[in-house]
Amino acid sequence: MDKLPNQKPLPLSNTIRISWNGLKMRIGRSIITLSGVILAIAFLASIWFNHDIMTGLKIMGTNDENLLLILQENKINLNELGLDDKTKWLIILSLLVSAVGIINAMLMSVTERYREIGTMKCLGALDSLIIKLFVIESGILGFAGSLLGVIIGVFIAYIPLLIQYGSYVFSVFNFMDFLKSSSYAILIGMSLSIVFAIYPAYVAAKMKPVEAMRVEA
Amino acid sequence: MSEKKEIIVKAVGVEKHYGVGESLVKALQGIDLDIYSGEYLSILGPSGSGKSTFFNMVGGLDLPTLGSVSIDGYDIQELSQSQLAWLRCNRIGYIFQSFNLIGVMTALENVTLPMLLKGESEEEANAHGMGILKKVELYDRWDHKPDELSGGQQQRVAIGRALANNPKIILADEPTGNLDLKTGEEVIKILKNLSEDYGTTVITATHDMKMLNISTRVVWILDGKVEKIRERKDLQIHIGGMGH
Repeated sequence: MDKLPNQKPLPLSNTIRISWNGLKMRIGRSIITLSGVILAIAFLASIWFNHDIMTGLKIMGTNDENLLLILQENKINLNELGLDDKTKWLIILSLLVSAVGIINAMLMSVTERYREIGTMKCLGALDSLIIKLFVIESGILGFAGSLLGVIIGVFIAYIPLLIQYGSYVFSVFNFMDFLKSSSYAILIGMSLSIVFAIYPAYVAAKMKPVEAMRVEA
Repeated sequence: MSEKKEIIVKAVGVEKHYGVGESLVKALQGIDLDIYSGEYLSILGPSGSGKSTFFNMVGGLDLPTLGSVSIDGYDIQELSQSQLAWLRCNRIGYIFQSFNLIGVMTALENVTLPMLLKGESEEEANAHGMGILKKVELYDRWDHKPDELSGGQQQRVAIGRALANNPKIILADEPTGNLDLKTGEEVIKILKNLSEDYGTTVITATHDMKMLNISTRVVWILDGKVEKIRERKDLQIHIGGMGH
């Protein structure tokens, strides 16, 4: 008797398409999963944007008396250039809350789809395909959520700054800094979404094909 | 049936145990059964009889605790996960009571999924898939999602999906259970044609008398054992007796 061949993995392009279609169809759940990421990244991005501008203003304030006056009126500590510890903790906490949200939403998504996962395994899907489907799905959500989060973060950071400091904001605005903060925020949001989807994806992949046979009572 | 009897599924002393110690449940208590290539076999049994457990094992979805199950000559316990996936993809087509179409995919995508998993290119799979949809008379509905199709149409897509890779075995779990009488009959007709025209082995778990009536053999499972096996000719009398 010949040795039975191993099942080949599905090409990545097909895998991505299945994930993408799934996301589009389950738009409601996707938005819920997304909102956690959006909020956390909006918070992170707004703090970084604010920090970029404030650093520029503090430096400029040393040569500009008007600006110095405004900064002093707003009780800004001119010697402190980095983020304070409290803010750092808040960032970490918001990212943690977002991570828990991602795990929770993905686990719910696995539970909702036990029959679909079982069916795919009956049709010959490998565990690795199921893992990829969930991780890609979460990665796409992470990217979209982070992008939206950055856009919202721009408004949260810049509107109050423009109200308080007016055109000074434009004079210290550095596009490279802005790009750097935005990309880091998106990178963090995406990594968070991918890393914290691995456990739920593993749970899904370990589901037995027999699950497909289960009939809902 | 006059053709030579080639064994496609062989179960020897199959036992399945759940739990340990005092809570040990023996769902299957030693089942021996040969299923022949091209036959239409129905498995019957009340719930809790071990029928589903045995049925799943025959389909390569579950492994026995003791004994062995061979599908197409391969002992499923000796296969790796990846080889089992290959076997399920290439040799077995599954039809479920609740259709189990992937809700986010169109009829065509559902039918072509096993082909893509088998390694066909997208163009090949699409052309092949449209051919199959034609066969199950859903050619013009290829881009409909399952929730836009009736129950009978969904089951036909599911049958198309099961046929995607020309399987040797079709495993159908109560395929008419969620369908009305007329659509149920259509499904039975398709399965019967498959078995007769292509020599595909059809294994079903069912309570539907019409399904039993076209079966080559019916196996009754009770308390985890084979209670009795009946050939079609004996069966007709049996059903006649039950159905009046």
